[in-house]
Formats: sequence, C-alpha cells, structure tokens
Amino acid sequence: MYSIFKKEIHSFFSSLVGYMVIAVFLVTIGLFMWVFSETSVIDYHFATMDQLFSIAPLVFLFLIPAITMRSFAEEKSKGTIEFLYTKPLSDIDILMGKFFANFGLVVFALIPTLVYYFSIYQLGAPKGNLDTGSIIGSYIGLFFLGAAFVAISMFASSLTKNQITSFIFGAFLCFVFHWAFSFLAGLPMFQAGLDAFIQKLGINHHYSSISKGLVDTRDLIYFISIIAVFLYATYVSIKSQK
Amino acid sequence: MSVIVSHLSKVYDTKKVVDDISFEAQNGEILGFLGPNGAGKTTTMKMICCYTSPTEGTVNVNGHDIHSSPLLVRQQIGYLAEHNPLYDDMFVKEYLEFVANIHQIPNKKTRIAEVIEMTGLGVEQSKIIGTLSKGYRQRVGIAQAIIHDPKVLILDEPTSGLDMNQLQDIRHLIRELGKQKTVIFSSHIMQEVEALCHQVVIINRGQMVANEKIELLRSKMKGTAEITLEILETSVNTSIYESIHGVIAVKKSGNTIQITSDAGIDVRKDIFDKSVASGYTILEMRREKANFEDVFRQLTQKESYV
Repeated sequence: MYSIFKKEIHSFFSSLVGYMVIAVFLVTIGLFMWVFSETSVIDYHFATMDQLFSIAPLVFLFLIPAITMRSFAEEKSKGTIEFLYTKPLSDIDILMGKFFANFGLVVFALIPTLVYYFSIYQLGAPKGNLDTGSIIGSYIGLFFLGAAFVAISMFASSLTKNQITSFIFGAFLCFVFHWAFSFLAGLPMFQAGLDAFIQKLGINHHYSSISKGLVDTRDLIYFISIIAVFLYATYVSIKSQK
Repeated sequence: MSVIVSHLSKVYDTKKVVDDISFEAQNGEILGFLGPNGAGKTTTMKMICCYTSPTEGTVNVNGHDIHSSPLLVRQQIGYLAEHNPLYDDMFVKEYLEFVANIHQIPNKKTRIAEVIEMTGLGVEQSKIIGTLSKGYRQRVGIAQAIIHDPKVLILDEPTSGLDMNQLQDIRHLIRELGKQKTVIFSSHIMQEVEALCHQVVIINRGQMVANEKIELLRSKMKGTAEITLEILETSVNTSIYESIHGVIAVKKSGNTIQITSDAGIDVRKDIFDKSVASGYTILEMRREKANFEDVFRQLTQKESYV
C-alpha cells in the first residue's frame, strides 16, 4: 500500500497536477477571503473564517473529481491497471494507497490556509478575538468532507475508462451527496415528514453541524460510513471488472 | 515442475476464447507459446498471471494455486504484458524503484543498477519513459519483470515491433534468463520459437493443437523433403520420376515439377539421370526440408477449415 501511496504522491508533484490543484484552490479561496469585496474578511469587519469553510466545498466539488479521475480511469485507459493487478498487491493495497494519496493532496492544499487563521488572529481587535473552537471544528469537518469527496469520486473513476466521464460523474455524485439532499428536504411534499431524515442523508447537514465547533460522534460516524461505503463500492467495482 | 496449467478454459459471453488447455513448463527451460493472432495466447497468459480469472481449470505456479493464493503466485512471476503498459510520465529509474518497492526488494539501488545493466538500458536510464523508443520501452518492460528475480517469467510477444538488432539483443536476454528460470513466451514468429525454445505449445482458436519438445517436433518434420524442378521442355512425362526409389508424389504445373520424397533418401542424382536420359534440360533443382513454418501452417489451418 505504501509503495502505491508514494508513487501517486510522487506523480502528483512531478507533474503539474499537484501544483495546479493547490494553486487553484488557494487562489480561489484567497480571492474570496481577501479580495472580492462582497465576501472579503476585511470589508466584513468580523474576525471569522466562514468564507473559507463555505466556499471550500464548492471548490472541492470541481477539484477532487479532477484529482481522482486519474486513479482508475487513467490506469484503465493506458492499460497500466494490468501492471498493478499482476504485481503482488492486493486490491485493498491499490485502493487504499490511491485513496490516501488523493486525500493527501487535499490535505496539502488545506495546510497553507492555516496562514489565514494566523492573519485573522493578528488582525482581530482586540488581537486574537476569533472563535478558535469553531475553526478547529470546521477544519475537522473540511478534512472529512474532502475524504468523502475523494471516496465518492474514486468510485466514479472505477466505473469507467474515460477520464471525462469519470470527472463529470464524480462531480455529479459529490453534488448529490453534498447539496441535493438539503434541497430535496425543502420540497413541499416532504414537509413535516421525511424532511429531517432526508436532510441528514446529505453531507451538508453534518458538515455545517461540525462547523459550529460541535464535534458530534453522530456526524463523525456519518462521514466515516459514507467514506467506507464508497470505498467498498469502489472495491467491489474494481474486483468485478477483473 | 514449475508451471502446471490444467484444463484452463475462458468463456467471454458465449465465445470460448480458451478451451481446455493443459501443459507444463519446466524450470530452466523456455516454453514457446505459439498461435495465430486471436488464438487465445494473451488470455491464457493473463490467467496464469492472475489478471483474468479462468472460467474453468487452474494453474499451479511453484506449488501455489492461482485461485487460493494469487498474491504468492504474482510474487513468483515476472510478467511483461502484450502492449507493455508503462507509466509514461515517470523516469526509468523512478519507475524501476517503484516496482522494486512493490516487491520489497532489500538492496534496491544495486538491484536496479544490475537490471539496467542486464537489459542494456544504460544510456537511457535517466530519461522519461514517454520519450523512449519502442525497443527501449520493451527493455524497461523486461527490466520491471525481472527486477525481483522471479522464478517464472511470462513474456507476451516480447519481440513484436523491434528492429533486427533489438531483436537479437532481446532474444539473447531471453536465452540467458531461460537458463535459471521458467520462461513462457508467446510469439507468432515460428523461427524465433525454433531458435529459442525447448518446448512448444501451439494453440489455435483457443484449442491446443500441439505440445511437444522441440527435438520431437523437429524429428517429426524430418519425414519429407520437397524438390522443386524447373525444366525447359513443356511436354514432360512425369511418370519417369514416379518410378524413382524414395519418391512419394509428383506434381506438375507448367515448367515446374514438385517432387515430394523421403527425407532419408537423396533422390536428386536419380532425377538428374532420368531427365538427361529422356532428353530434358534442367534449369533449376532445389531441395527443401519441411520447416517449422509448414508445421505451424498445417496445424493451425487444418482447424480453421472445419
């Protein structure tokens, strides 16, 4: 598993992919946080990082399927999947090696945003006047959200050998699991009935719950199960294609 | 006894691609796997390497079964796939290091250097794989297959698309490797198999049509020799040749006469004498032994007419 992880990370950073992902993520988030006057912290006059945590899922929606479309779709279209499957590596090794490498890239993209925390901490009046607890919670939520998106879009990648199909389907699945359930719960037909339940199926509900700084085990279990379900689906999918 | 293939079959949808194939490949020997395109060679090799699972039958590699212990089987095998899939964006050394990591080789650096030396990759070792020529890509493919010093090597058409010099190098390498390992390699070039192998398995349309030691196949072919005779005169009475001792059949078409004879008896002197006695002028006389190509053609075409 480690050899796959190392190779994947290596190939992210020996090609443009890794740098592109990190740069695009940071530039987008940076613009929203510091430059665009509608959302900028400076014009907002509140020491908060809410902009980061509300925009990051949207950026991830495009970036993560772009990272993971390589995982299986590219290997299949290039035929290198045959190389992997004939080496002494179990399917779990390949799957988890790739999962952690993709997730690793997401973490790499998120780490520099800690600078924002430090900046806002310094800018606060009085200094350090911001809700650190909520920010820690939001980071935990964002890591889990990233991991869930990685698992979901890796599943999309395992279904096809066309990278574009993989990207579009991955982004669609991420959208469905993040937002669609919240919107669905808002439909009149579910009012005062199933709406609470449907809302809880979506990532958004649990993500915003963690973002309040309240790390509830129910939310963690939700995230862990959605990651596990999609990793298992990916496992079944790659196994059945042999 | 190192690779035992028993009753292997593979059905895709309703088409039987591989149909009940059984053979054994011994250690220290090279087994040539022959067949026309689409005969099921690649599918059989993929099944031995645990890439495709067989519909029926099994393979035992050095005591490990492909169904019960696929990871152990894969450890024993070095496999070069048909189109030699490589990671084009990786450097040669980086790629070999990755493969070495997968196999958890203890002295990575020295082993990689050794393999680069063996496959003659020296000059190209610091390049990106995507920029290499076909011959060097093939060497990288072989290098990754032998890096863990596997007991069994499976090479799917290792020499296809190479130029004459590269062909020589790769064949030499296969011969050297075959001294200590079990090598199974597929090809549709008969001479190559004749030059390299100890044993030949020929398959056609998924079925095994021959599985012989190369010497045996050779002695079988010793049976007949073909003599091509070209004569100036058009009105030749072919019956004069039929009476010669050792001649099996005579066929005439225009000025050319095809005489099939017993390979053990040289009938050329008698043919000459008879021709001169009848006043015929011989323009050309050529004797050919039946070769592997003919056997291959016979075995694989016979089936396809059915």
